[in-house]
Amino acid sequence: MNDAKFQRQVISLNALIPALLMAWDWNRGRLGANPVEFVTRATGVLCLVFLALTLMVTPLRKLAGWNWLLKHRRILGLFAFWYGLAHLLTYVVFDRGLKLATIPGDVGQRPFIAVGMISFLLMVPLAVTSTNAMIKRLGGQRWARLHRLTYLIAVGGVAHYWMIVKSDLRWPVFFAGIFAVLLGYRVVAKLAKPGPGPG
Amino acid sequence: MPGDPRIKSSEITPEAVFNSRRVFMRSSLLAGSALATAGVYRAFGPRPKVENHGTVLATVAEEGLSLPVIGADEGPTPFEDVSGYNNYYEFSTSKGAVARRARDFVTRPWSVEVGGLAGKPRVFDLEELLKFPQVERVYRFRCVEGWSMIIPWVGFPLRDLLQKVEPLAAATHVAFQTYYDLKQMPDAGDAGIELPYVEGLRLDEALHPLTLLATGLYGKTLPNQNGAPIRLVVPWKYGFKSIKSVVKITLTDRQPPTTWNIAAPDEYGFYSNVNPDVDHPRWSQAREQRIGEITKRPTLPFNGYAEQVAGLYKGMDLRVKF
Repeated sequence: MNDAKFQRQVISLNALIPALLMAWDWNRGRLGANPVEFVTRATGVLCLVFLALTLMVTPLRKLAGWNWLLKHRRILGLFAFWYGLAHLLTYVVFDRGLKLATIPGDVGQRPFIAVGMISFLLMVPLAVTSTNAMIKRLGGQRWARLHRLTYLIAVGGVAHYWMIVKSDLRWPVFFAGIFAVLLGYRVVAKLAKPGPGPG
Repeated sequence: MPGDPRIKSSEITPEAVFNSRRVFMRSSLLAGSALATAGVYRAFGPRPKVENHGTVLATVAEEGLSLPVIGADEGPTPFEDVSGYNNYYEFSTSKGAVARRARDFVTRPWSVEVGGLAGKPRVFDLEELLKFPQVERVYRFRCVEGWSMIIPWVGFPLRDLLQKVEPLAAATHVAFQTYYDLKQMPDAGDAGIELPYVEGLRLDEALHPLTLLATGLYGKTLPNQNGAPIRLVVPWKYGFKSIKSVVKITLTDRQPPTTWNIAAPDEYGFYSNVNPDVDHPRWSQAREQRIGEITKRPTLPFNGYAEQVAGLYKGMDLRVKF
């Protein structure tokens, strides 16, 4: 039996569906009136979705006993990274017109872009250290501590979304609520368990 | 359960069948989950299908008005984009969803109350407003969010209407109000802005020949999502100044409150003239995404109408009065 492999195939296929449909729609001119805005927003939201899924693994293992999910946390996290990278690239290519020299000034001027950029940059070391070899090199404890940066990334990602919305806050509030529950669970779990333990 | 006496050997699934069942189950799960994910993704996607169901409006030719030439490479923006991508927060804050949500908006009968500091205030029925000589004006339209269109409007200068009610000498500004009805606009409570939507102009801006009361676009009456049956169009200002579905026009002696200015005074000024040199605090206004194009265009001062309207703001610091 190779259940883990099959599960990974299901997750990867489903994680790629939005990207594939977006590419297909782009190709046939069906991304709506403002394709750049749509792709920017969709990739950003997908990054948050995969961050949330990544953070759901631990509570689901502890509360529902779904330990098999642990094997797939890496790929969920990597999809958050890839959609985040796609989101950043839409900004660099379309908003900045590939004029890289204009980026520092723009980031400095607009706090919401700075917050998004920092959140993305924090994802880079996590993606780089996602391989088995890197886990071994860092040692499990140090690796786990480093990867708790995910909490900060989630907070930054939602703040970035919240800061750009004009007036209707329902979606940022929705994501903030999900992350609040997922991070709140960890605080409660830590408090319930005396002494130092895994976050 | 090896050797369980209750299971006959004829009941054991042959290995080949077992394997092919497993392949079938797994491919079904792959395909089924992929379809479900695609369905969820599609439910959020922007795919409005809009058609122009309006009735044809007769227009008269115009003389003596010099408008900037809009190059053939600039448009006009296709109807399905003009009417499939709308900011009309009373119906939805999602630009792709407005057309569908506004489909059943009832705009007949309709009347516009024109009053305030006027010698002859009165109510105009829509039929009466449609009898003003209608002209076609192809204008640039620049949204404060950073996108723009080229739109062939049909309508008549606002000043034609204002002159009918004879503004008093004390009048300095004009206030506008949009129709508001939660029964017809059930999602308006989620807009996050104070409603009914209100806007305003200085009287000289309102009397400028470019300031239009639009009754249609692309030769036909306005689609609901574009502000049917009658809306303001001020081409040198950000789009939110061009208030939709107008029910009330009031001459006044003070600067009237305006919706987005109330919501975020540091982001949306009363004037809100298109100005590439004054950024929105959260994004740049130097360039714009023309709908239908992939790369950005530079934004023009007063949206390209500086020759016609810059004189209105002589001596004003447009960074302060943004």
